[in-house]
Amino acid sequence: MAGVAVSTVINGDAVEYLCQPDEPLLDVLRDRLGLTGAKEGCGTGDCGACSIILDDRLVCSCLVLGAEAEGRRIETVEGMAHGEKLHTLQQKFLEHAALQCGICTPGFLIAAKDLLAKNPDPTEEEIRFGLAGNLCRCTGYDKIVRAVQDAAQVMKGA
Amino acid sequence: MRYIRPLSIEDAVGQLARAVGPAAILAGGSDLLVRMKGGFVEPELIVDIKGIAGLSEIRETAEGFSIGAAVPCAVLGENAALKKAWPGVVEAAKLIGSKQVQGRCTITGNLCNASPAADSVPALVAAGAKAVVVGPSGTRTVAVEIVPTGPGKTSLAKGEIIEAILLGKRAAHSGDAYLRFIPRTEMDIAVVSAGVNLTLDEQGVVKAARVALGAAAPTVLLVEEAAEALIGRKLDEAALERLARICSGACRPIDDKRGTIEFRRKVAGVLARRAATTAYARAGGK
Repeated sequence: MAGVAVSTVINGDAVEYLCQPDEPLLDVLRDRLGLTGAKEGCGTGDCGACSIILDDRLVCSCLVLGAEAEGRRIETVEGMAHGEKLHTLQQKFLEHAALQCGICTPGFLIAAKDLLAKNPDPTEEEIRFGLAGNLCRCTGYDKIVRAVQDAAQVMKGA
Repeated sequence: MRYIRPLSIEDAVGQLARAVGPAAILAGGSDLLVRMKGGFVEPELIVDIKGIAGLSEIRETAEGFSIGAAVPCAVLGENAALKKAWPGVVEAAKLIGSKQVQGRCTITGNLCNASPAADSVPALVAAGAKAVVVGPSGTRTVAVEIVPTGPGKTSLAKGEIIEAILLGKRAAHSGDAYLRFIPRTEMDIAVVSAGVNLTLDEQGVVKAARVALGAAAPTVLLVEEAAEALIGRKLDEAALERLARICSGACRPIDDKRGTIEFRRKVAGVLARRAATTAYARAGGK
């Protein structure tokens, strides 16, 4: 198989890589670029652990080919904190203990970031619907929802 | 394996027509990549159609709407004019998968994946949608219901690509609706489903109707007898009762882990009745 040369932008930085034509973007991020924030839960678009934002759309990176990222813009969880300063959502996830094992957390953070970018003041129901594509088998979701509600209040006031 | 991203539909058609081994069209990838990962398909050529001009656009034309084959379902939900004209089609498209999947999946892909349980297909069939098929010998426009021929199978020939789905201009006093049964509140595959599209006269009498059932047979069913039961009447109890009975009788479902034959038959009638009631209200009927 011939490699595909891809030029893309990840978290604001221009990035180039070679990938196989059938290689999921998730594998490119994790195995070629060392961006291991996005996780492989199911690999079939059901769990949301590999969520990223591709040209302002929340997607599962396991359901995107690495080759498709040519000329696009990618945001991953690695782009959320600025140096030592955590993103408000990250800070609120810590304060509300909205994680246990942590595997689903990067996906939830990115999905919540996308949700608040489009709807800065969501109702609890809108948060639950907005995050329904992300599965957590530890927390039972209530703490996650409360962390996102709290973050939304802080971000609105900012 | 090769991945290509042609910039014209002619190039894409040519590459697919000349392909020696199995070839696959990639738009949203929410079915294709899952099937590749599971080893169910091993294409030697992947043709990504998202680079082709116009395929990622919804156009409002004199005849209605043209929805490009690469338009993600999330974009359908953001198009106010489309939602107003065809709320049933949009609500069906919006039921497919999570927000993550919505950002990728397309109604053309949903049609071509040819699952009997595809959510957008009964709504499209009820809406009388057409598919614009481009192939090596030219372009043809076909009714969407002739595209899937059985689970996983379509009537598309080698080299053919659906370029767009067409929805007609709305007549006054028209409405459509789609409902499905799933055991959860969202993000599941339809056990059975129904799409209904109605046009009324000034008095609220049904002038035109189309009724389609999903997950009730190997392909989505267009139930003409059910439509005839509604035409020429207001949507009274007797008409709804007849609609439900005809829909239950038209089903040829299977028993599987999602539901039994008996359950699917009964619920197909219930959903058709409820979808008709919603479509009627949307058309302004009282």
